[in-house]
Amino acid sequence: MQSFDLGKDGLRALNSALHALKGQTNMTAWEVVNPKGAHAIAAGVDAPVDITVRGSTGYYCAGMNKQATIRIKGSAGPGVAENMMSGTVIVDGDASQYAGATGRGGLLVIKGNASSRCGISMKGIDIVVHGHIGHMSCFMAQSGNIVVLGDAGEALGDSLYEARIFVRGTVKSLGADCIEKEMREEHLLILEDLLRRGEADAKAKPEEFRRYGSARKLYNFNIDNAAAY
Amino acid sequence: MSDFPHTPPKFSWTFSPEANAEIRRAAASGIYDIRGGGSKRRLPHFDDLLFLGASISRYPLEGYREKCGTDVWLGTRFAKKPIHLDIPITIAGMSFGSLSGPAKEALGRGASAAGTSTTTGDGGMTEEERGHSKTLVYQYLPSRYGMNPDDLRRADAIELVVGQGAKPGGGGMLLGQKISDRVAMMRNLPKGIDQRSACRHPDWTGPDDMEIKIHELREITDWQIPIYVKIGGARPYYDTALSVKAGADVVVLDGMQGGTAATQDVFIEHVGQPTLACIPQAVKALQDLGMHRKVQLIVSGGIRNGADVAKALALGADAVSIGTAALIALGDNDPALEAEYKKLGTTAGAYDDWHEGRDPAGITTQDPELYNRFDPILGGRRLTNYLKVMTLEAQTIARACGKNHLHNLEPEDLCALTIEAAAMAGVPIAGTNWIPGRNGF
Repeated sequence: MQSFDLGKDGLRALNSALHALKGQTNMTAWEVVNPKGAHAIAAGVDAPVDITVRGSTGYYCAGMNKQATIRIKGSAGPGVAENMMSGTVIVDGDASQYAGATGRGGLLVIKGNASSRCGISMKGIDIVVHGHIGHMSCFMAQSGNIVVLGDAGEALGDSLYEARIFVRGTVKSLGADCIEKEMREEHLLILEDLLRRGEADAKAKPEEFRRYGSARKLYNFNIDNAAAY
Repeated sequence: MSDFPHTPPKFSWTFSPEANAEIRRAAASGIYDIRGGGSKRRLPHFDDLLFLGASISRYPLEGYREKCGTDVWLGTRFAKKPIHLDIPITIAGMSFGSLSGPAKEALGRGASAAGTSTTTGDGGMTEEERGHSKTLVYQYLPSRYGMNPDDLRRADAIELVVGQGAKPGGGGMLLGQKISDRVAMMRNLPKGIDQRSACRHPDWTGPDDMEIKIHELREITDWQIPIYVKIGGARPYYDTALSVKAGADVVVLDGMQGGTAATQDVFIEHVGQPTLACIPQAVKALQDLGMHRKVQLIVSGGIRNGADVAKALALGADAVSIGTAALIALGDNDPALEAEYKKLGTTAGAYDDWHEGRDPAGITTQDPELYNRFDPILGGRRLTNYLKVMTLEAQTIARACGKNHLHNLEPEDLCALTIEAAAMAGVPIAGTNWIPGRNGF
């Protein structure tokens, strides 16, 4: 395992070393110690490596990740795994706001709670949150799936496009154009898969969730819907 | 009937025929007017400034013999690979989606041949554009449509877009008519729906967060390429200062004459400040921070000719950017297409319903029948010609002022024709030493 002391060697050296990993590499396991809440840890990685960050991170940890599996053994600051393309990011603790924002692929697992705007503008990422999510989550979410084992805050899925939202607990309120939808077999299969990959299958079963999605009434402007804007 | 003469018909200045027509249109349609372009008002502008030229105390350079440099470095503050352009006129960000693929190709061809850069837009980077642009600036926008780290690293610079002169404080929209399969795929949204672009970035708010976002972008691109911050003409002094504080290499300042692909007319005409009013504020912010010429300033919004370029540079900009003018050079609103503009209920020179995707010039459309009319090679050549003419014009003026580089032009070379322009630009009214607002007057 490659061990990297962030306190000693600095962020630039870490990201530079990670960016130098192209395609297949023998250096597949990395450990980052002393993160001390630094921003942009392991941002922009593009290699099938396993990176474990031992401690909490600042903004944008694992930002734009491709291929890598990044484990945060602590909590994550704002924008964890923002615009992730592929790979997996697992946060053992809580995640601050904008977790998985604009993510286009891959899997983000948050074992604690996620703050406001979780999954904002998501574009294909899958997100599994073991705890609760905050207000305005999935705002303008375009595609992908989000699974929430706990509760959701206000204005869930406001101005939603085609993303699927699964919530086991209560929803404080739905945002504009977001409605509860029928849970069909295909959705139960999606849930089963995501709960398993999100290391949550021992905590919840697919049948316990409700599904939310777009009513598609705001897709084209209509003056009679003006009150929703 | 009285034999006395009647009062002739008198239109209200307030309820003008134009204002009344808009009331009737709104009442009939139930939707605000959406259009492309920038402000159409008569605003104080570069036309309200004049160069003094050389005299006994300032001697000119020989027009065809003595050099007048035009090059510009952008992004010298932090980037390992700053951009060097032959001319200080760049092509502004315009999206694939709002523009056709061949139009983007023409912009790349034309700009590259003239030694300058092009810029992507909301919708991501296309191969047409990357392939034909020697220097390509990649816009990083709130919508993040088409955004990915590979394109980020293929770019020569990143432009973090905070605002746009046509609509500071507003997001974008691309109406369903222009959402072809390709545009829908690049934006990861269903075909045919109205695509809204957010007005705020999804993963940061405020200047302190912006600094952290810029830091992330630098880390992802290994500090190689410059990072610009684009602001609309809202509060240019503070927005420039905050951009510098957040770590920008370059500030792009877009005044309210700057265009948009589609926005509410009420937004375009009533929010933001004229370009002329914005430049001195931004320059002052840079000077106050000791960063003028260290963080470069690019100005856009209503640049049409070499005189406008020279005036913007004299006021302290390092370069300018053109969007609307570039489209006109490609063939937008050409009177040769008048018959087709008439069919659309408009006339050449006034066509601004770019969002409807029916552009007879084939530039602002995704309809293959229309965009195949447009020749990107010819369009590129026209743009190159235009950029070169603008540069020659700016050089002509600079030499007349005795300057051997466009960047040596200065406010002292200027005077104003109106009180408004003098106050905004901070130069004296012609024939006087009076700069309104200075020294308590």
